[in-house]
Amino acid sequence: MTLLGTTRKVPKFGARYVLESQIRAMLKFFWLIAAMAILNPLLYLVSFGIGVGSLISQHIGPHGIDGVSYLTFIAPALLASSAIQSSMDETIFSTLEGFKWRKLFFGMNATPQTGNTIAGGVFLAAMVRTVIGVSVYSAILYFFGAMNSPHAYLAIPIAIFAGASFGAIMLAFASHVHNEDLFLTIIGRFLIGPMFLFSGTFYPLKSLPSALQIFGWISPLWHATELGRYATYGHQISVTMVIIHFAFLLVMLVVGLFFGFRQFSRRLAK
Amino acid sequence: MSENLIEVQGLTKKYGEFVAVNGIDFHVRKSESFGFLGPNGAGKSTTMRILAATSRRTSGEVSVLGRDPEIHGPQIRAHLGVVPQEGNLDVQLTVTENLYIYGRYFGLSSKFIRSKIDDLLEFAQLEEKRDTKVDALSGGMKRRLIIARSLVSDPDILILDEPTTGLDPQARHILWDRLFRLKEDGMTLLITTHYMDEAEQLCDRLIVMDKGSIMSEGSPAELIREHSTREVLEVRFGSEQNVRMAPAMEKFCDRIEVLPDRILLYTEDAEAVLEEIVGAGHSPKTSLVRRSSLEDVFLRLTGRSLID
Repeated sequence: MTLLGTTRKVPKFGARYVLESQIRAMLKFFWLIAAMAILNPLLYLVSFGIGVGSLISQHIGPHGIDGVSYLTFIAPALLASSAIQSSMDETIFSTLEGFKWRKLFFGMNATPQTGNTIAGGVFLAAMVRTVIGVSVYSAILYFFGAMNSPHAYLAIPIAIFAGASFGAIMLAFASHVHNEDLFLTIIGRFLIGPMFLFSGTFYPLKSLPSALQIFGWISPLWHATELGRYATYGHQISVTMVIIHFAFLLVMLVVGLFFGFRQFSRRLAK
Repeated sequence: MSENLIEVQGLTKKYGEFVAVNGIDFHVRKSESFGFLGPNGAGKSTTMRILAATSRRTSGEVSVLGRDPEIHGPQIRAHLGVVPQEGNLDVQLTVTENLYIYGRYFGLSSKFIRSKIDDLLEFAQLEEKRDTKVDALSGGMKRRLIIARSLVSDPDILILDEPTTGLDPQARHILWDRLFRLKEDGMTLLITTHYMDEAEQLCDRLIVMDKGSIMSEGSPAELIREHSTREVLEVRFGSEQNVRMAPAMEKFCDRIEVLPDRILLYTEDAEAVLEEIVGAGHSPKTSLVRRSSLEDVFLRLTGRSLID
């Protein structure tokens, strides 16, 4: 008995249709997303980059930190943290929305879409938002003179890489979440805040007591920041460390995608 | 005899120790409207999810459109329209946008979807609401939109899980009318319901399910003929009195059911029985003569009402 195969086929690369609908949903919040992408970075840039920056150049000199200006020093870190923030928002909220709040994934899964294509679409949408966010932010940084080291542009792909890694991990976590209030509290209060503060974002990690440096070591933001500083202005680190930073982010990306995709499929097929 | 679109043998689904579906067999023919009648927790929705290729079975054989849904899930789903029990429209989007993105999940071209949207809106009687956000629609409109959405891909089988649960009577009648039109057009329908009137109106054939098992199978008329009498007399003696009056009522017919609020007497001629009861000096507070329904079938098969 062959009843199938006459009219409808399974679309190739189904994730692109999920991506399309995610982008459509994002556009509904265009101004909110745009404001977050521009205002947040501006606040940090002005308060730290200009405020703390002028303090440092007055007291230590224009090349006061790591042999470069404070703005040049924090630019790769700000860019990576903005990438992490964008991809995190998009993966976490889309996933909670899809499984819990509006159950959109169950509607998608009634079509030829699968757990893998849905997870893939959500992740790709987060990457689109991250790439756009990072581009806007680097334009702002450029405008403030924070991108004038010879290889400053290299901070852009590194930031996107960090966003992808962190987004993948958050995709995996969020897809397992049943109590989202607790989850969002933990992420907001105990993960993002400390990560931002203890990842060598505003000062070298080495300035911290060694017990606290451990936060940096487990933080994707620190690894991305170190890579970014190395690539943009030649921050002194060994080749081994470059490999470690890169490998850390890569492992995070692969592990996050593996568990995220697997859990999307499992949770939909209950 | 037309071909079977769905064949199920020994289907079982367990969640840990709990057996949600317990070794059921049935088949669904092309252009048939096939129902699953049973109370909440009977295993209807679980069965539907397995047929819709979105849930895995524990054991048994299932074939949908000639393929195994566990192996060919996406291929099978490409040919199905699914109306879930729980609404999952995107309430941030408009009516038209919802139809559009859903069609895109099937990989349909923008041109194809746009050419269908007017017909779908007309079918769902939502032409006036095409640019309205779904958030602002009534429950009945949302349900009609979900049905329209499930038709965007020209499915071979339409699966409806409790399509009118939670709707007011008027909205239910509009929805039944729409579903009846699909049935007339030859669509194969699978409907779960715990409303016996819904099953009677829409289903050519149905299975009565309880606690994961099939209690009986047939057309609504066959089931009533097999498991009930032609007519039913309902008498009420007041809440305290019903149980006390039951032994006296048993004399007037072969079978009675005592419910908390009334006594049901199963008979071929309810008017005559009522006359006998009154003639014997009993005076029920109210009485009702009616035809047997699937509710009576269910009561007979399980000893319980459909809606608790």
